[in-house]
Amino acid sequence: MNAIDPTIAADASAFTDYLGRHEKKSLLRFLTCGSVDDGKSTLIGRLLYDSKLLFEDQLLSLEKDSRKHGTVGDDIDLALLVDGLEAEREQGITIDVAYRFFSTDKRKFIVADTPGHEQYTRNMATGASTADLAVILIDARRGVLTQTRRHSFIASLVGIRHVVLAVNKIDLVDFSQAIFEDIVADYRAFAAGLGFRTLAAMPLSARHGDNVLEKSARTPWYGGPTLVEHLETVAVDDEAAERPFRLPVQWVNRPNLDFRGFSGTVASGTVRRGDAVVVAKSGRTSTVKSIVTFDGELDTASAGEAVTLTLADEIDISRGDVLSAAADRPEVSDQFAAHLVWMADEPLLPGRPYLLKIGARQVTAQVTAIKYKIDVNTGGELPAKSLALNEVGVANLSLSEPVAFDPYAVNRETGAFIVIDRLSNLTVGAGMIDHGLRRAGNIHWQALDVDKRARALAKGQKPAVVWFTGLSGAGKSTIANLVERKLTALGRHAYILDGDNIRHGLNRDLGFSDADRVENIRRVAETAKLFVDAGLIVLVSFISPFRAERRLARELVETGEFVEVFVDTPLDVAEARDPKGLYAKARAGEIARFTGVSSPYEPPEAPEIRLDTTSAPADALAERVVAHLQDIGIVPGADVTI
Amino acid sequence: MSQDRLTHLKRLEAESIHIIREVAAEFRNPVMLYSIGKDSSVMLRLALKAFYPGKLPFPLLHVDTTWKFREMIAFRDATVKAEGLDLIVHTNRDGVAAGVTPFSHGSSVYTNVMKTEALKQALSAHGFDAAFGGARRDEEKSRAKERVFSFRTDTHAWDPKNQRPELWRLYNARVRPGESIRVFPLSNWTELDIWQYILLEKIPIVPLYFAAERPVVDRGGQWIMADDDRLPLLPGETPDLRRVRFRTLGCYPLTAAVESDAASLPEIVREMLIARTSERSGRLIDHDDSASMEKKKREGYF
Repeated sequence: MNAIDPTIAADASAFTDYLGRHEKKSLLRFLTCGSVDDGKSTLIGRLLYDSKLLFEDQLLSLEKDSRKHGTVGDDIDLALLVDGLEAEREQGITIDVAYRFFSTDKRKFIVADTPGHEQYTRNMATGASTADLAVILIDARRGVLTQTRRHSFIASLVGIRHVVLAVNKIDLVDFSQAIFEDIVADYRAFAAGLGFRTLAAMPLSARHGDNVLEKSARTPWYGGPTLVEHLETVAVDDEAAERPFRLPVQWVNRPNLDFRGFSGTVASGTVRRGDAVVVAKSGRTSTVKSIVTFDGELDTASAGEAVTLTLADEIDISRGDVLSAAADRPEVSDQFAAHLVWMADEPLLPGRPYLLKIGARQVTAQVTAIKYKIDVNTGGELPAKSLALNEVGVANLSLSEPVAFDPYAVNRETGAFIVIDRLSNLTVGAGMIDHGLRRAGNIHWQALDVDKRARALAKGQKPAVVWFTGLSGAGKSTIANLVERKLTALGRHAYILDGDNIRHGLNRDLGFSDADRVENIRRVAETAKLFVDAGLIVLVSFISPFRAERRLARELVETGEFVEVFVDTPLDVAEARDPKGLYAKARAGEIARFTGVSSPYEPPEAPEIRLDTTSAPADALAERVVAHLQDIGIVPGADVTI
Repeated sequence: MSQDRLTHLKRLEAESIHIIREVAAEFRNPVMLYSIGKDSSVMLRLALKAFYPGKLPFPLLHVDTTWKFREMIAFRDATVKAEGLDLIVHTNRDGVAAGVTPFSHGSSVYTNVMKTEALKQALSAHGFDAAFGGARRDEEKSRAKERVFSFRTDTHAWDPKNQRPELWRLYNARVRPGESIRVFPLSNWTELDIWQYILLEKIPIVPLYFAAERPVVDRGGQWIMADDDRLPLLPGETPDLRRVRFRTLGCYPLTAAVESDAASLPEIVREMLIARTSERSGRLIDHDDSASMEKKKREGYF
């Protein structure tokens, strides 16, 4: 979509010039944000409409839609141009990030239109993550609002350093200079601490077009540029090309034995043929032999270019490694502190394993501690045990292996990560690294002379975790008790970790919130791991309602050392048994968050053993567990002597 | 993210290459939908660039409705040969057997059976977990909100209200068996960007984009080309030779031509810039109402 002056189109040489200019223009990505009804969609509609970027059939459909859904009487409702999805046209609000495009002779613009509704903070962070500038809209009648502060804070958090304060609907306050200046003063005072490098304020009427493309005769007191003039000329170059060289390797290009190239997009800096580079994580170094592209070899490549490097030496490099300037390396750590924006309905739970994608590397990670969450309206710090949808916090993370990174404030490309839920595969969070935590480098495992194998051998068994999961009253403890007795009778060494007992001691500080349930299981899983190390057969009898934590427990020990036993008792049967009277209390509302009643239980998908407690007595079921342990060699068979 | 060192086309090119490499690296079995149109031609060039000097690490898939322009098929086969590509052609044989044509069943049923269903058949049969498409966000309103990595359920459905957030250049490629991701590397390109890139890079495109004398009939104000003798002529109707070209390519009975003298790339770009009719209006399937594309996409249309 683009319009052109007909006289240029008619003249062949003028047209060639036109194409030449458009080939050379640059790109600016910005986002618009503001509260509901500040006129964001109208402003973008105005930019498209005034730049004559609409085609006839789009105008026709706009007129038709304006009559059907419009909110401005008989006028064309410009917001309808950008409110794309059927559902939101009916509701009259923008519910998701939309991307819009327009261009002038100087620049092409990609606009992220982000919603103003409180519950959609995540969309704003999404739009801001790829933007260099934010246009923050304010309704001149209402001034700086809570949402204005929130949007400015998020823009700043996500690294935006250039802001336009668009004081919209200036026509509705009679183009008052005093009102405009009050609002700007108010905003500047608030935004002083947000680290914006440029802040341009301008009085606008998106609906009528004042100071959008054309200077308005109705604001003679305003001497600054129009919105489009400013966007065309503002220098947002963040010196990415001058910073240290980083290239996350996306793809190892190996078409034949003679060519081994490392493909990726230069995240920052410039690389030249002959430069010394280092693989950040392994510390191996080499020099750049060639910079290969489809269009020929290059002498240099800079931030934003997608290239393939070949190196002078054969060193081990794979996807996810970061090639870096040898003289200025990124940090490498398996622990760091980061700002997190939580984006899922299910809250962030410390201790739960998530996937983390940083550059081209994907690792498992846990939040070890939430230091605090941030009130995005005031910037204040609040204590927190978890983060809910649209909450922002500062947390420590521990990764399954070290990664190379830079602080986000220094490098938006190598300091950002997304958090993915391992079961739903949803993107649940966005992170910005503050700094590495050095502890990982200083706490080493103490190597001991007597190891797990030696201890197990002395006991004549293979250590294992036998993990009983199921509803309260399913029969876990009963069966685990019987299994322990049978193992002891066989001369084996077992120990029971029982949910209720552990909660009286080790875990007596924990309640029953989702966050506490996760921590409860994490501690038990770690304890079970130590007991396995001691050579014991650990019988864990815990409701352990969440798959993610049971998986964590499984992954803490070696393959084959974890036996998941699903004590499968239907809810109505467990409730009818109700050995501790807990179901009755839960139903009466005396116990909050009771598994199966008011808190979910996620049954195992592929347990090693499933015990249907309605089909056989407990003793027979316990016998089955012992038989399984014998089958897989945890317990030697009865006829085998050691 | 330096603005003024790189032109907008260089930045768009780099972004697309990044996306294409990411898919090849993260998915088990990706495929590139190849529709033979100008956007597919650009997408293919970007893919060749992404893996140069290597070959494409995935096949192309063309869903052939049997009603494509003959020149499209000839162009497709020549391209595959010239670039040494691996091409899969899929046709919904059930639809052919049932005699579904644009004339017998109307454009809506025909499109659903021969395009949407055919595509789902091919994706399921080959077990593709990612499929590149050449759609752009500037084409149409519901596309403007679609992600670059757009999740599809195991029934190939799109849920616009439940899309994964997409931040920075960090694309979430996780799917369960049966689920898939549609990937749109040209998301941020506009029609003008596409044409300028074709011009700059000298990318070959199907000759139907250029004006030439072609046999057409007038159907309700739309010029439909009689590409072969399967086009049923109304009583007294004979195809006229007119100087026309196509702004968009699809099945010939569903793709209207525009009268034009634009016979070179700069002329096409010039014509496009002064045009007053947007791109998809040449496609007859979008006309019912402005939310119809969103409905089609929810059902699995590309």
